Amino acid sequence: MKPAHHVTPAKQEDRHLKDRLRQFILESFWVPDAQAVKDGTSLLDSGVVDSTGIQEIIGFLEHEFGIEVLDEEIVPDNLDSVQRIADYLARKVKGGLPDTADAAGGTSTA
Amino acid sequence: MTNAAGTPRITDAVPQLHDYLIDSARRLGHKVALVCGGERVTYRDLDDRSNALAHALVRRGIRRGDRVLVYSDNTAETVVAFWSVLKANAVVSVISPSTKPAKLAHLLNDCQAAGLITDARHTAAFAEAASGAAHLRTVIVSGPVDRALVGGLPGMVGWSEAVAGEPTDAGPERLNIDIDLAAIIYTSGSTGVPKGVMLTHRNMLTAARSITAYLGNVEDDVILGVLPLSFDYGLYQMIMAFLMGARLILERGFAYPAEVLSTMAAERVTGFPGVPTIFATLAEMTTLARYDLSSVRYVTNTAAALAPKHLAFLRAAFPSARIFSMYGLTECKRCTYLPPEDIERKPGSVGIAIPNTEIWIVDEDGRRVEANRVGQLVVRGATVMRGYWGKPEATATRLRPGPLPGETVLYTGDSCRLDDDGYLYFVGRMDDVIKSRGEKVAPREVEDALLAVPGVREAAVIGVPDEILGEAVKAYIVREAGSELTEKRIQRECQRQLESFMVPKYVVFVPELPRTSSGKIARNELL
Repeated sequence: MKPAHHVTPAKQEDRHLKDRLRQFILESFWVPDAQAVKDGTSLLDSGVVDSTGIQEIIGFLEHEFGIEVLDEEIVPDNLDSVQRIADYLARKVKGGLPDTADAAGGTSTA
Repeated sequence: MTNAAGTPRITDAVPQLHDYLIDSARRLGHKVALVCGGERVTYRDLDDRSNALAHALVRRGIRRGDRVLVYSDNTAETVVAFWSVLKANAVVSVISPSTKPAKLAHLLNDCQAAGLITDARHTAAFAEAASGAAHLRTVIVSGPVDRALVGGLPGMVGWSEAVAGEPTDAGPERLNIDIDLAAIIYTSGSTGVPKGVMLTHRNMLTAARSITAYLGNVEDDVILGVLPLSFDYGLYQMIMAFLMGARLILERGFAYPAEVLSTMAAERVTGFPGVPTIFATLAEMTTLARYDLSSVRYVTNTAAALAPKHLAFLRAAFPSARIFSMYGLTECKRCTYLPPEDIERKPGSVGIAIPNTEIWIVDEDGRRVEANRVGQLVVRGATVMRGYWGKPEATATRLRPGPLPGETVLYTGDSCRLDDDGYLYFVGRMDDVIKSRGEKVAPREVEDALLAVPGVREAAVIGVPDEILGEAVKAYIVREAGSELTEKRIQRECQRQLESFMVPKYVVFVPELPRTSSGKIARNELL
């Protein structure tokens, strides 16, 4: 791990965002082993969330970040891990998703 | 075709459930039976893999009539595991991985499970639950297992290690007959303790044949499986697909609707079994028209009559599909279906008895009532369960003497009425059990979870009518002094303890709960 003073502001922001997402997930769902939810862990595969859980995550993102998650954006590429959600939010909040269908289908964030 | 002893093929006599998989594999070995998670599995593969796993179960001490729990979600491994348990002459119970460790532990002990088949993804949950299961002889785990977490479990073995070298060409020796148990399906009871519905091969075959008959299923069908295999409505999609030699498109769930729709279009799905929550999600999608769903020839709904707005939506979205509204309970799988041509003529009805089933309504004294009178629904037929596992008293409430000597019929506990033409209308439950999303929810189980939340002093739960869920779970909470609990907080805490369909949709804070003179909560005064 890099010492804190080497971390760029952008990375720090990313870390902060991911911590916030992880905190929401750990508070909202039954997670037997908190350590097991890493940035890249699939939330569906690991059993952390189910269909209802995805809806909860979407509700959280819309409420906390003032965005609208479009139907075509509800795909694993955007929502199935802490990292993917963070990347999706970064694109979305910065207005980086002019054509959402392309972003959903074409961007690999794994 | 003859077996090893040279006698006629078993399926020529009275078959068991898995004979249809074996038969489909003989007829259609190279056909893709199952599409799941990017995997395309042929009938031959399914038959071979379930033969090997069945031998592995027997080798690890599973004997005729033993219970084996399959704790996993909609994966190819769950499908293989289901059939392997039947081929091992054992009794299968598929349990949702959203079941929390304490409840899983209860289930393992309740049916004295001798085997557990699960996936490494659920290690944290099953390791805790299985460590206290006194009757377990083997635990077979697919995927990479963290040995440190499961070291102490008896008979723990990885799936690939378990099946290595086991024969694939035939399953273990057939010991069961068709009146032996095939499955136990757990359902909520009014006391909050889950009840295991015991179903024989004959029960399940009768139901599967009846349903495929009225749906008009054919070998060319491609059936979508988005409902959990732990839920009987989901499980029967698999059974019926393999009974017909059709194809099952098994999805993990409906979390990502756009993906499921793409799959439906690409696989040319013909049968779409859903529940109102799924139809409501689809109805709200602005992009639905992008998907070519013209291959869908039937859509089914169960649990409650279709709301007019859902019916209108389904008509528009699937113009060439026949739409079936159905109703039933785990204890007999399915009671009625509304023929699609009657859907306008009989709004609000859940239809007529399924083929080879008889229904009537009785009053409090068990006497048949005339048309249009509300009473308890009684079901007669070979689909009716053998009872609740280890619960003779609960069984005696539901199974009572029928017209023939020794026969029992099912007293459903559902209030219903039949109209002049014999069409059934569901009125409500006679006990406190809530029917939400097609699954039974015991208020007691939810109340126990609520009482475990710090800051909750008292809790009571009822069902309220809900257009999408049938009934929604509503909780009344008395907070401890100074507690600042919110609705959201309560729901989150419930989410951690209960399966998601049990989590209260509404939470209301009240200063006190209404009580009867004997001190019980007066649920009928909550609304």
